[in-house]
Amino acid sequence: MESVKLDLENYRKLLKEYLLTNDETALYQAEQFSKLSVQHNISPEEIIHVHIEALKELYPELPREVSDSLNFLLEAMISYGLALQEYQFLRAKQSELESEISVAANMQKTLLSTVKPDIKGLDIGAISVPANSMNGDYYHFVADKEGTLGIALADVIGKGIPAALAMSMIKYSMDSFPENQRQPSMILENLNRVVERNVDPSMFITMFYGLYNPESETFSYASAGHEPGFYYHASKDKFEEIEARGLVLGATEHTTYQQFVNHIKKDDCIILLTDGVTECRVGDRFIERDEVLQVIKDYIHLPAQEAVDSVYKYFERLQDFHLRDDFTLIIIRKKV
Amino acid sequence: MNINLDVEMIEQDNMTTLVLSGEIDAYTAPVLKEALLPLTKQPNTEVIVDLEKVNYMDSTGLGVFISALKSSKEHSTSLKLIQLQDRVHRLFKITSLDSIITIDTTVRGGN
Repeated sequence: MESVKLDLENYRKLLKEYLLTNDETALYQAEQFSKLSVQHNISPEEIIHVHIEALKELYPELPREVSDSLNFLLEAMISYGLALQEYQFLRAKQSELESEISVAANMQKTLLSTVKPDIKGLDIGAISVPANSMNGDYYHFVADKEGTLGIALADVIGKGIPAALAMSMIKYSMDSFPENQRQPSMILENLNRVVERNVDPSMFITMFYGLYNPESETFSYASAGHEPGFYYHASKDKFEEIEARGLVLGATEHTTYQQFVNHIKKDDCIILLTDGVTECRVGDRFIERDEVLQVIKDYIHLPAQEAVDSVYKYFERLQDFHLRDDFTLIIIRKKV
Repeated sequence: MNINLDVEMIEQDNMTTLVLSGEIDAYTAPVLKEALLPLTKQPNTEVIVDLEKVNYMDSTGLGVFISALKSSKEHSTSLKLIQLQDRVHRLFKITSLDSIITIDTTVRGGN
């Protein structure tokens, strides 16, 4: 295709060709001309101006009414030209914002990054997929010198950037608690105060905190209104809901959390998730919790990381599936 | 998919009932917030939210009810939720918000 040039000469040529032949190719080229004009920030009134000039050259005897009416049209188009300018400006602004958000998202990733610890006797798998650019789910592993493993899993309600900021607050508060206050119930009580004081009243956080002690082979945990996870009894090949009622963080000033303890046997698994997993939708249909559990069952025999990846891929593959909420799934298996 | 939330307000003496129908999620929650929050600030008002026709609510909706509860405490008004469908009620139970928000369970919404 012949490239369209953005000048008066070219416009006049196209116009003449069309007026003489009524050929559609010229019309098509006019369309190209208009696209190119938009790209080069040329306003509609400028094009009309070019049109008037070209017409006068082609028809020196142009009736005055026609030429006046075109001048009239030119005035009528001025606002459209301004709208075009504004559109270009907003587009530039938008791409600027997008790049800022992606910088923030990367920073959040760095700030909140957690390393899956290598704990003797445990097989750990974790996946967390944000629905938008910033993740409102957060998980964190804390391994200490004595070999205990702390697992925090939180879901900030309120999405996007405010949620991400609240998440950083949670992480740094947790880091600042002294080691002797690492009991799940204590951690949640302290965090509840921090959240209640510092976030918007309509924002709250659900959180599960678990502490695995390899010496006593116990898993202690407490929950602040978090979606219940599952406990897998390998010997019975049965799943059991991890029930731990407790109020979400940030709803009232003082709350206490009950702490529970489980003995963990060889090959048993602890399965933790956020409600992004159970609030999945396929088209108009909700995915029921039983269905989620069934999918987890299907993959539980795999190594932990493969299992969580496979569960996510299963939902991702469903037709018409879209992630309404951030999706996080953790599986911890006791190997010995 | 038609995701919408309708809010109808019925006022009677000192009692105001908000009848909601549709879905409460991140997109519709602001509609609820705008209708509900001012009511909780009116002195001596008993606010009732009828959720019979709400078939879906996500955690953003819970956030609105938490802020409404805080506001009603601050202004000494009362807030009560009625006719919750099971799916919606489950959210209040998991988060234990049913321990601080008054929920009338005698009348349950249809599914």
